[in-house]
Amino acid sequence: MDKSKRLSLIIFGGVIVLFIISWIIKISLLQEAGMDSLLSIRDAFFITFAAFLTLAIFSFLYKDNPYYKFAEHLFVGISAAYWMCVGFWSTFVGNFIPKVSTTLSDFFEVPPKEFEIHYFVPLILGMMLLMRLSPKGGWLSRWSLAFIVGTTAGLNLIRYLRTDFITQVSNTFIPLLVDWKGIGPFFSDFSLSASGQFVMTLGNWVIFIGVFSGLIYFFFSKEHKGFFGHASRVGIWILMITFGASFGYTVMGRVSLLVGRLTFLFNDWLGLIS
Amino acid sequence: MKKQVPVVITFIVGTVLILSVFFPPAERLGEDFSIFFDIIAVFAFFLGGGNLIRIHTSKIYNKRQDWGFSVVTICGFGLMLMAGLFKLWNPGGIAADVAATGSLFQLMYDWIFNPLGASMYALLAFYVASASYRAFRAKNIDATILLIAAFVILLGRTPLGMYATSWIPESFSIMQIPNLAIWIMVSPNLAGQRAIMIGIALGVVSMSLRLILGVERTYLGVDND
Amino acid sequence: MTNIGLILSIAAIIGGLLWLTIRSLSGREVERRIIFLFIGIAVSVPLLFDITFSEKATPIVKGVYDKVDNLPSGSVILISFDYGPSMAPEVEPMSNAFIRHSLAKDHKVIIMGLWATGQSLGASAVENVIKKEFPNKIDGVDYINIGYKAGNQGVLNVIITDFRKMYATDVNGVDLDSVQIFQGIRSLKDMDLMISVGGGFPGIKEWVLFAADPGNIPLAGASAAVSTPLLYPYYPMQLIGLLGGIKGAAEYESEMKKNYPQFADMPTPGIEMMGPQTLAHMVVMAFIVIGNLSFFFAKRRKE
Repeated sequence: MDKSKRLSLIIFGGVIVLFIISWIIKISLLQEAGMDSLLSIRDAFFITFAAFLTLAIFSFLYKDNPYYKFAEHLFVGISAAYWMCVGFWSTFVGNFIPKVSTTLSDFFEVPPKEFEIHYFVPLILGMMLLMRLSPKGGWLSRWSLAFIVGTTAGLNLIRYLRTDFITQVSNTFIPLLVDWKGIGPFFSDFSLSASGQFVMTLGNWVIFIGVFSGLIYFFFSKEHKGFFGHASRVGIWILMITFGASFGYTVMGRVSLLVGRLTFLFNDWLGLIS
Repeated sequence: MKKQVPVVITFIVGTVLILSVFFPPAERLGEDFSIFFDIIAVFAFFLGGGNLIRIHTSKIYNKRQDWGFSVVTICGFGLMLMAGLFKLWNPGGIAADVAATGSLFQLMYDWIFNPLGASMYALLAFYVASASYRAFRAKNIDATILLIAAFVILLGRTPLGMYATSWIPESFSIMQIPNLAIWIMVSPNLAGQRAIMIGIALGVVSMSLRLILGVERTYLGVDND
Repeated sequence: MTNIGLILSIAAIIGGLLWLTIRSLSGREVERRIIFLFIGIAVSVPLLFDITFSEKATPIVKGVYDKVDNLPSGSVILISFDYGPSMAPEVEPMSNAFIRHSLAKDHKVIIMGLWATGQSLGASAVENVIKKEFPNKIDGVDYINIGYKAGNQGVLNVIITDFRKMYATDVNGVDLDSVQIFQGIRSLKDMDLMISVGGGFPGIKEWVLFAADPGNIPLAGASAAVSTPLLYPYYPMQLIGLLGGIKGAAEYESEMKKNYPQFADMPTPGIEMMGPQTLAHMVVMAFIVIGNLSFFFAKRRKE
C-alpha cells in the first residue's frame, strides 16, 4: 500500500471515529435537555451528519477531495428527488388527479372536482416529454417542448413589454426640478441634506440622463462618436456604479450565507453559542 | 410532422395567451393553458430525475472514473424519492403535507438538502474575498468608479458606516456614508439597472415574437430527422 | 474573559492584515488559503463573542413596515416563500419577521411558494413561528399554508383571476371552499398586500410582472442581497418597499422591537448576523486596499 493511500485510510478512519464521538456526545446532550431516547438518537445523527456535510463542502477550500465529492453527489441526487416529490404531490396530485379520476382522488385523499376531459392534454404532452429519454421517440418531446416554449413566449411578451419597457420608460420621465419655488429660494435654502431639494433634484437628473445614456451605450447600430460617444461614455460610468453596487451586495449576500452555516456549526452542533 | 406540428403548437398557444390579455373570452383558455403548462412542468421534473438516473447508472455500468460517487447520487435520489412518494414517517398520513414536520422527507430536507445547498453557496464568500484581493484593481477610470461605488456600499450597508460619519451635520447629510449608499442605490444604480432592464425587455419581446411566429426554431434541435 | 478573547481575536486579524500588507508590498505571493482563513476568522469572531449593533430602518424598509403596520386588522396578507437553502440564511429572518408582525396586528396570513423548497420552508415557519409564538391563532382562520405549485409565472397567471383553479386545497388537502380565511377571496386582487420573499427565478420580479402590475395589487419584496440592486427600478412605483439582504432583515427586526414590547425577546437573527457581516465587510475592504497598493507598488517598480 502506497503512502498516500495509507494516509487517506487513516483520515477516513479518523473521520468515522470523530463522527461517532460527536453523535454520542450529541445524544447525551439532547437527553440531558429532556428529549426522548429514540428521538435523541435520530436527531443527534441528523445534526452530526449535517455538520459533517457542511465541513465536507468547506473542505474544498483546501483542495478537491473525496469528502467534497461525496457531499456534492449526494446533493445532486437529493435535490432532484426533492423537486420531483414536491411537484408530484402539489401539482400532479393537487391539480391533475381531482379533474380526471374520482377513484384516484379517493386514493390520494384529495377532494375530487368536476371531470374535465381536456386535462388529458397535459398528461399526453407530459408523457411525450418523457419520450426524450427514449433513443427513438425523442422527437415526440418536441411537441411538449413547443407547448412550454409557446406558453412562456405568450406569457412574457405582453408582461415584459408593459412592465419592464413601457412602465420603466414612463417612470424615467420625472420632474427635473424637485419642489421648485424659484431660483431665489433654491440658493437661499441650498444644502447637501440627504432629503434636501438639491440632492433630490440631482438624483432625478442622474436617473433621467443615466437611463438614456445607458441605453445609448447598448445601442450598437451607430458608431459611438461625437455626442453619441460622449453619452455612451456617461452610460459606461453609470453602469460601472451599478456593477460596483452589485458587487457590494454580492459580498454581503455571500457573507450572510457563511454566517448562516457557521451559526449552525457553533450553535446547533457544537453548542458554543446560544 | 416532426418540425411543423411543434411550430403550429407554439403559434397557437402563444397567440391564445397574448389574446387572453385583451379579450375576456380568451381568458379562460389562457388560464387552462397555464395550468397545462404547470402540469407539464412536473413531467419536466420527472424527466430531470430520469435523466440523472440514466447518466449515473451508465457511469456505474461502465465503471468510469469516480463511479463510486454515482452510487451516492443514486442512493440519495432513491432514499429521498421513497421518503417523499410514500410519505414515510409522515404524522398525517397520505393526506398530509409532504413536508410535514417529523416526516422523513422534511428531516432529510432540514438536515441534508438544506446544509448541502447553503454550504455550497457559502463557499462563494471565500472566493469573493479572494477575488477582492487579487482582481479588484483600479486600473483605469471605469474600474476606479466601480471600486468607489462598491466601497461606499460595503461600508454603507454596515453600522460602521453610520458610526464613522454620524458627526457630519444634517445640512451635509448626503456625505454620511449610509445616506450616500442609499443615494447610489436609488439614483445611479436605479438608472443603470433600468437601462439594462429596458434592453432585456426588448430582447424578450423580440425573441417571444420570433418564437411565436416560427422564425426562431433552434429549440427544436439542429438535426434534420 | 470574553473581552480578552475578543481583543486577542481582533488583534490577530489586524496583525494578520499588517503581515499581508507587508508581504504584498514586497511583491511576494500570498496563498489563497490564507485569504480564506481571514474571512473564516472575521465571520467567526463576532459570532463567538456576540457582537451586535443597533439598526435604524431606511425608507425603503420602512415602506414595507408601515404598510403592514397601518393596514386595518383582519387584512389579508399573502407571503410567498420563493427561496431555497441557497438564500435561506439571509431571507428566512425576513419571512419570519413578516409573519410575526402580521399576526401581531391580527392580519390574516396566506403562505404559498413558487419554489418547491418553499413547501418545506413554509411548513417550518408554521411549526417554528406560528404554532410556538402564536398558539391562539387557528389554521384556516388566521393563517393558511397553501404550499407550492409548479409552473413559475404560469401559477401567477392563473391565481390573478382565480385562486381555486390553481389551489383547490391547502397543503393538508383541506378544500379551500371550506376554510374561513378564504371566504370572500377569489383571486390575488382580493389581497391587501402581497410579499414575495426570495430573489431568484421565479421571485419578486415575476410577482411584479404577472401579479402586482397587471392587477394593481400592493407588493413588497424581501430579497437576497445578490438580486436586490436589480429590483430598484421597480421602487417605489411597482414595489412599495424592499428588504435587501440581511441588513434589510436587521432593520425590519429593529423596527419591530422598537415599536412592540411583546417582541423585545423575539429571535433577531438579522440583527445578530450584522456583527459578523460588518467585520467581514471590513476585511474585504482591507483586501481591496492591500491588493491595490501592491498593484501600484508593483507598477512603480516596473517603471
